[in-house]
Amino acid sequence: MCRIGALKSKQYLHPAQALRLMIPQQEGHDNSGFAMVIQDLGGVFGKYKDKPLMSLACTQKGANLVENYMETRGFIQIFEWVPPVNKVAGLDIKAMPHYIYRAYDYPEHYRKASPAAKEDLLLDTRLAVRALLEKDEQGYVYSFWPDVLTLKEIGDPRDIAVYFRLWDETGDMIAKNIVVQCRQNTNYEIVRYAAHPFFIQGYTLCANGENTFYTKNKEYQRSLNKGYIGFESDSQNFLYSLHYVLRTLKWPIKYYKHVITPLPFAEIEKRPDRDVLTLIRQTLGHLEINGPNTIIAMLPDSSMMTCCDSKKLRPVIVGGDGETMAISSEVCGLNTILPHRNKELDVYPGEREIVVVTPELEVQRWKQ
Amino acid sequence: METVRTQDVSVNDLPWKIDWRDERCTMCGSCVAACTFTAIEAAMERRSVTISTGHQPEPAQRHSAVPVIRQRSGTAHICVGCGMCEKVCPNKAIRPVRNEDNRVNLLTRAGGVAIKRGGRNNIMADRVLDKVIVGRISQMTDPSLDSERHTFDVLAPFGRVLLPGELPFTVNGDNLELTAKTPPVHWIYPLIFSDMSVGALSTRAWEAIALATAYLNEKCNIPVRMSSGEGGMPVKLLKSEYLKYMIIQIASGHFGWNRIIKAMPHMVTDPAGILIKIGQGAKPGDGGLLPAAKVAEHIQAIRGVPKADLLSPPNHQGLYSIEESVQKMHMSLNAAFKFRVPVAIKCAASATSVSVYNNLLRDPYYICGGFFIDGLQGGTGAANEVSLDHTGHPVVSKVRECYLAAVKQGRQGQIPLWAGGGIGMTGNAAADAFKLICLGANGVFIGKILIQLLGCVGNERGRCNACNTGLCPTGICTQDPRLVKRLDIDKGAQAIVDYMVAFDQELKKLMAPIGNSSLPVGRSDALVTTDKAVADKLAIQYAC
Repeated sequence: MCRIGALKSKQYLHPAQALRLMIPQQEGHDNSGFAMVIQDLGGVFGKYKDKPLMSLACTQKGANLVENYMETRGFIQIFEWVPPVNKVAGLDIKAMPHYIYRAYDYPEHYRKASPAAKEDLLLDTRLAVRALLEKDEQGYVYSFWPDVLTLKEIGDPRDIAVYFRLWDETGDMIAKNIVVQCRQNTNYEIVRYAAHPFFIQGYTLCANGENTFYTKNKEYQRSLNKGYIGFESDSQNFLYSLHYVLRTLKWPIKYYKHVITPLPFAEIEKRPDRDVLTLIRQTLGHLEINGPNTIIAMLPDSSMMTCCDSKKLRPVIVGGDGETMAISSEVCGLNTILPHRNKELDVYPGEREIVVVTPELEVQRWKQ
Repeated sequence: METVRTQDVSVNDLPWKIDWRDERCTMCGSCVAACTFTAIEAAMERRSVTISTGHQPEPAQRHSAVPVIRQRSGTAHICVGCGMCEKVCPNKAIRPVRNEDNRVNLLTRAGGVAIKRGGRNNIMADRVLDKVIVGRISQMTDPSLDSERHTFDVLAPFGRVLLPGELPFTVNGDNLELTAKTPPVHWIYPLIFSDMSVGALSTRAWEAIALATAYLNEKCNIPVRMSSGEGGMPVKLLKSEYLKYMIIQIASGHFGWNRIIKAMPHMVTDPAGILIKIGQGAKPGDGGLLPAAKVAEHIQAIRGVPKADLLSPPNHQGLYSIEESVQKMHMSLNAAFKFRVPVAIKCAASATSVSVYNNLLRDPYYICGGFFIDGLQGGTGAANEVSLDHTGHPVVSKVRECYLAAVKQGRQGQIPLWAGGGIGMTGNAAADAFKLICLGANGVFIGKILIQLLGCVGNERGRCNACNTGLCPTGICTQDPRLVKRLDIDKGAQAIVDYMVAFDQELKKLMAPIGNSSLPVGRSDALVTTDKAVADKLAIQYAC
């Protein structure tokens, strides 16, 4: 079972803190990888917050391919950071040759473009780079977005942290928001793109569990947005539906829950908003999910949210101390990093709830 | 010694031979009275017995005339194997036995008349659904559900569903508000009692199905709907509250619509839907056919016609294209009920079904509320045998193709797909329904199995299939008042209700192991097949 987690803080956090949240949750042969998306960056990226940042793991050839591509598209590289890796012998990590984080300026003709146009350009560019790298198997591009960085690798999370010197807490790579997961999706082929958190246009999501409506979700989502691709994991469905409901349809967040786990018809009938809920259920029936799962997501405004399947078959807890809020699969993780918090304020979201941690660290509970 | 006349028809030329046991028979005559086809008769036969009663052989021959039950040998009174004689015989003295060596197909076109019959296709017995099984069982991380305790949403849409971007919502604070009217969509049970008309069925049989429909809705929480078939409906029902459970069918003959239209001002509720019948799986390209033998006085009254063969045209006169059908028929039927009642269309499965479905999906008025595809294993009350046996299209791949065509356009679910034709043919309609739903159907419709539940003994091996004759031995497909009384309405309705309650359990028993609490529409990943060709065609997993 995947354990998932997220941290949101008023202060910059080191990724090591996320590892400390996750490692106590390990059971059995869990923890076969490490992946995180961090947002609202400090450290070496602090000066480039409005510049789209590309997260790459690739070969030398792949790095050159991307460089050429970006150049021809008019992107101007203004910053590059290569994490100083620690190649200790015997580490359990299947490392890629290069990890590269590059911040760019938009092409000249996009400087005055609308935010929406810029966001579409970033998506198109990421998809193109992905296709470019996939063609000759030269690497991976995980995200291309301002103030967002992604790191994914296969292996033991502790060793991955050693390799990337995450335990050193140097202050280079820090952020106020971290979404993290310590297990590759081992029910499927182990590939880096199958590792959550998944990212699209400012939306980040990871999930714990199964989505047995994967096929019907996938078949529908494919036609909704060109960015809905990959589907290496059944958890990507959750992200694409979140992106679709919030960004494309522009519906309030509580309706995400009505889309993925609609109320039974008998319950809808009793509600004053039954017309709206019935229409949502019948129109978006192919985005309904099934199976046991919990999701944790981060939104473009850096809000965090979590919700569960309609039967509450996977755990999740939200808690914090006012300075730092954490959402995670199991309470032991929170106890490790936030032992002093008031546990009476911990929230165990129900099967009909969406819990949101706002940018101001307020906790909102939306009952379906 | 008699001369052999090879062209004479003998009992051995017929599909069924009567096995009559002289020694068990009391000559009560029940079997002769029960045989609606007059295939048997009481007759006298000359018997010759040689006996010897003394100590020494002293043979003496005695001739006597004895009464017997005898099968008639001509083609005018062929035994159809219905077995009513056996059912009625108190002594188990008589039964029909299938005669594999019969020559009936060569004998029954006498007078140059094509063979007509009821029933189903009797040649294409191959059932793809039986080669497909539910192979994706949830275990470990995605637990199966408990079918006994879990609550399931077993409902399907009937009506036109909008695309997300077409929903008339505005955001008001944290809420969505509906700002305009949307097409009517009814969420009903994913199984519809299919279109068998009053006329094709006896009034009693039709009433039994209507009774079961009402009972399932009112008492069993199974919101099943019944389609009237082309032939109108009793006016009393049209004006009653129970109309809400009925889908009124209109076909090319428009039979019964005079009365329906006249009843409209008096309707106290809307019908569940309107179904435009374009074609029928059992006899695609043919219109409805009600032989004069079945056009009794009450049928003449309901349909407003004289006693004659009632042939619906093979197509709707005046409609030349799909667009025209949508613009005229769909629109006028929608308008007739002030756009409150969903209007769907039923076509025979055909090599062209996907084109029709694609076209309907582009309906700009949002008034096509369902696409019913009827496969070749659907039944009929009367058709030319050549149509029944040699025309049609299997429904399974066609439903799948339509669904995938919609998937390609991101329009799956917009016009609900309903599949019929042979559902429950091997007895388990729930399994058939489940598999079709996984392949993309929203629901299924059943017909033949309903009358089988009422007592119809017809099958796909040529048994009975005499629905067209007006002589139905079970009182289901006849208007003969004497025969109709053979059917007990309450018992018939009870059988349908029992079957449906079990169907509901069985459907849940299939939903539970794949971990679904709502219908798995399009969950093709739940199915596997051991037939590679089927796997390729349906795009499901091959297993061996």
